[in-house]
Amino acid sequence: MTFEQFIFYLFSAVTLFSAVGVVTARNPVYAALLLILAFFSSAATWVLLEAEFLGVVLVLVYVGAVMVLFLFVIMMLDIKLDPLREGFIRYLPVGLVVAIAVAAEMILVMKSKSFSDVPIPEAAPLSSSNTEALGEILYTEYVYPFEIAAVILVVAIIAAIALTLRRRKGVKKQDPGKQVRTQRADRVKLIKMKAEVKTKMKAEKGR
Amino acid sequence: MIPLSHFLIVSALLFSISVAGIFLNRKNMIILLMCIELMLLAVNLNFIAFSHYLGDMAGQVFVFFILTVAAAEAAIGLAILVTVFRNRHTINVQELDEMKG
Repeated sequence: MTFEQFIFYLFSAVTLFSAVGVVTARNPVYAALLLILAFFSSAATWVLLEAEFLGVVLVLVYVGAVMVLFLFVIMMLDIKLDPLREGFIRYLPVGLVVAIAVAAEMILVMKSKSFSDVPIPEAAPLSSSNTEALGEILYTEYVYPFEIAAVILVVAIIAAIALTLRRRKGVKKQDPGKQVRTQRADRVKLIKMKAEVKTKMKAEKGR
Repeated sequence: MIPLSHFLIVSALLFSISVAGIFLNRKNMIILLMCIELMLLAVNLNFIAFSHYLGDMAGQVFVFFILTVAAAEAAIGLAILVTVFRNRHTINVQELDEMKG
């Protein structure tokens, strides 16, 4: 067994086991942490396939951003877990049958000669940069889809903010515009009254 | 060396595990979103394996776009989840039947 094979089988096994853990975990926090493990180990598999840039992006974007968002939401919401777990055992046979059917069909297809006979490509020279190659094709041939992807991200930002923004009524907070517009007359009022001397003197006498 | 079919089988297994997950956790919206992420991961592994073995960079460009869309999807999905929880105090998918005719 070569080193590459060892790496491949190790990280694939970790990915698959942590995926099983994600599906069966009792606590959503554990599921999220196992999903992070799955992302990490598949990033290693991607690096093995000479897609270094995407491996790094997977760790940065998924582990660094998306999964942190997941953990944030899980920990912020006070979820009662028991009603969510019911039906797990009831649907287990159906789920297993469907999953095994899907896996068996796909594996039967992928075992066929046309897939297993694909020649193994030579390893790219160490000087070649995957990031550079991806950038070259992304900014020339795929520049239009790239810009559409940027628009999709902007739409996602706006949608997420618009969905979660909440204006509560009856909350005391500052309105800077109102503060700036305020005139002297709104705040200070001059009234005429006699000087209150008597009371003061009385107080001093009593001492 | 590792033949192409091994990568494809790993990704098929990953995909079927997440299909089973959708069946098993059909009430918990958070786990459902996580299963969708796992499915996209399996698809991405397929794309990258083919891209490497056929020597075509287009596969990696596709993975790049799938990652972008998946991040957007996760953000909006979680925003919807938070809004649903705020209004209904539950994330049980079975109880979300307001729109039922």
